[in-house]
Amino acid sequence: MSDTKKNFLVGVFDEESVLIDAVHKIREKGVKIHEVYTPYPVHDLDVHLGYKRTRLARAAFLFAITGTTLAILMQTYMLGFAWPMIIGGKDFIAVPDFVPVTFEATILIGSLGMVATFLISNGLGPGKQAVMFDPRSTDDKYVMAIELENNKKFTKEQITQILMESGVSEKPQEKEV
Amino acid sequence: MQYTSPVREPLVLRQMHKNDRKTTMHDITEDICRQVEAAPNPRWMVAMLISLCVLAWGSYTLYRTWFFGIGEWGLNKTVGWAWDITNFVWWVGIGHAGTLISAVLLLFRQKWRASINRAAEAMTIFAVLCAGSFILMHMGRPWLAHWALPLPNTYGSLWVNFNSPLVWDVFAISTYLTVSLVFWYIGLIPDLATIRERAKNPISKFVYGLMSFGWDGSTKTWARYEMVALVLAGVSTPLVLSVHTIVSFDFATSVIPGWHTTIFPPYFVAGAIFSGFAMVLTLMLITRYVFKLEPYITLTHIESMNKIILVTGSIVGIAYITEFFIAWYSGVPYEQYAFINRMFGPYWWAYWAMMSCNVISPQFFWFKAMRTNIYATFALSIVVNIGMWFERFVIIVTSLHRDYLPSSWVMFWPTYVDVGDYLFSFGFFFTCFFLFAKFLPVINMAEVKTILNSSTKEAGEEYTKEGHLEEVKTSSAH
Repeated sequence: MSDTKKNFLVGVFDEESVLIDAVHKIREKGVKIHEVYTPYPVHDLDVHLGYKRTRLARAAFLFAITGTTLAILMQTYMLGFAWPMIIGGKDFIAVPDFVPVTFEATILIGSLGMVATFLISNGLGPGKQAVMFDPRSTDDKYVMAIELENNKKFTKEQITQILMESGVSEKPQEKEV
Repeated sequence: MQYTSPVREPLVLRQMHKNDRKTTMHDITEDICRQVEAAPNPRWMVAMLISLCVLAWGSYTLYRTWFFGIGEWGLNKTVGWAWDITNFVWWVGIGHAGTLISAVLLLFRQKWRASINRAAEAMTIFAVLCAGSFILMHMGRPWLAHWALPLPNTYGSLWVNFNSPLVWDVFAISTYLTVSLVFWYIGLIPDLATIRERAKNPISKFVYGLMSFGWDGSTKTWARYEMVALVLAGVSTPLVLSVHTIVSFDFATSVIPGWHTTIFPPYFVAGAIFSGFAMVLTLMLITRYVFKLEPYITLTHIESMNKIILVTGSIVGIAYITEFFIAWYSGVPYEQYAFINRMFGPYWWAYWAMMSCNVISPQFFWFKAMRTNIYATFALSIVVNIGMWFERFVIIVTSLHRDYLPSSWVMFWPTYVDVGDYLFSFGFFFTCFFLFAKFLPVINMAEVKTILNSSTKEAGEEYTKEGHLEEVKTSSAH
């Protein structure tokens, strides 16, 4: 988080369906939504908010093929070049025997790499502090934050009005974060 | 929003509210966080004490194993693998159900997995750790365990033999443990954030704050989280199949009659799922009772798991019969003798224990009355795990104890150190599981909340504590 504090209007919703309608209504009016915080993954909410589809799966694929390559290189180097030995009358580089380790390395590096990317891209990690607009968003409320700086076209009262019309369950509060 | 047929029983029951209101998301948070936040209850403390005693006794025998060597075991020149490898395979197998529930059922969009996946995955992790402990024990010199890894060394460098299934096993088990741990922990983060926000005392606020990685539940994070869960499920599914396949290769790639069988990989995987689900049931029935989680772990869940036990148990039964058929059909006298010896040799009791526990006992689950009976399920889940332990014992010991040279035929009998090392794994497993059940949310709150809307909306049915439809009280007048 940057050091400068920003002002947000925080709207709290009780129902998933109301929230999704509200997202549409608010975006249609031209108000930019900072982020919506939910207690569970609301299906397709990222699409409603107009976020780009995550590219994590591609990252996972790249990590996975890195794992495959490293495992093949490692085994070929160790048994084929560094210390070749005849084992069970097989070739030094006995490709079928390399399959299990290659497979496991693919999965290991693919998943660890993807999870690391996930944590870094979301700024998650031990000791990180969460910015909570409303702690109830980890329990049973859907919390929408609208940054006032970002919506210069509207006054605070106008945004409050828009939020009220879209079905918030309580009066939107201003919060400095 | 999703349509669920009214014929289906809801995944989250709403019986617990006397005033006839719907279970809310807040109820879920309260129900699951309660045991984390409350002081440990006496039942938990007794259970913990027992498992710590078992662990202490096991630690003593483990000390003997490592200090005096594996000569403390009942092994001999003919039977070089016995209890330790039996236990290893048994524990790895048990671990498989957790991954099956968390990964395979996620891919198949089986929503009932939501309330059991957390505990099942925790079980996987502890079971794999137990399995690993037997590999370390069996090494005899556990301080040289790193020799199993391809590390640069001062011997030349002399590398590990990648042609050996034992090295494949090292990679398979360590990958499996790592990926399961990561998968489980990623799923825990949102729930840990819930506990962090509720925490009152500064120590738990700090600890759960540290563990929840600064999770804020933003839509962007959730969208990525779902992708991570999907991809991890996608890679865990072939992973879990590969792990027990590779474990079976430890035997199948050898030339010992009784081990040298191409049916081993699918047969081992089915057996693993079979025993794993039995262990999940044993643990979940206890957890459900201790923490009063009946509305979340319903009879529908128990019945579904029993169906999987029935299917996998029958696959295992077919595999036993196929092995016999192939032994006869191969015309190889050694192979034929190995199987006759299993059935009628000196270890006949182990063989018939395996057959009755694994093949006959799950057949009771053809009857719905049995599938939905908690006591029967609990009893059978333990019987199945006894049977699966005997399966590994039968495969390992009976194939070894009468080898090609009759003068070297011997029996294997365990010593108290063998038994103690096995108890060590039990002590360790249950200590870990009880710690988990006390300090972490045993049910994935976020996931249960996702299915709450679709599963409790329909009609006004009332369910009893055990999940039976008691009476129908729809709002429309009759």
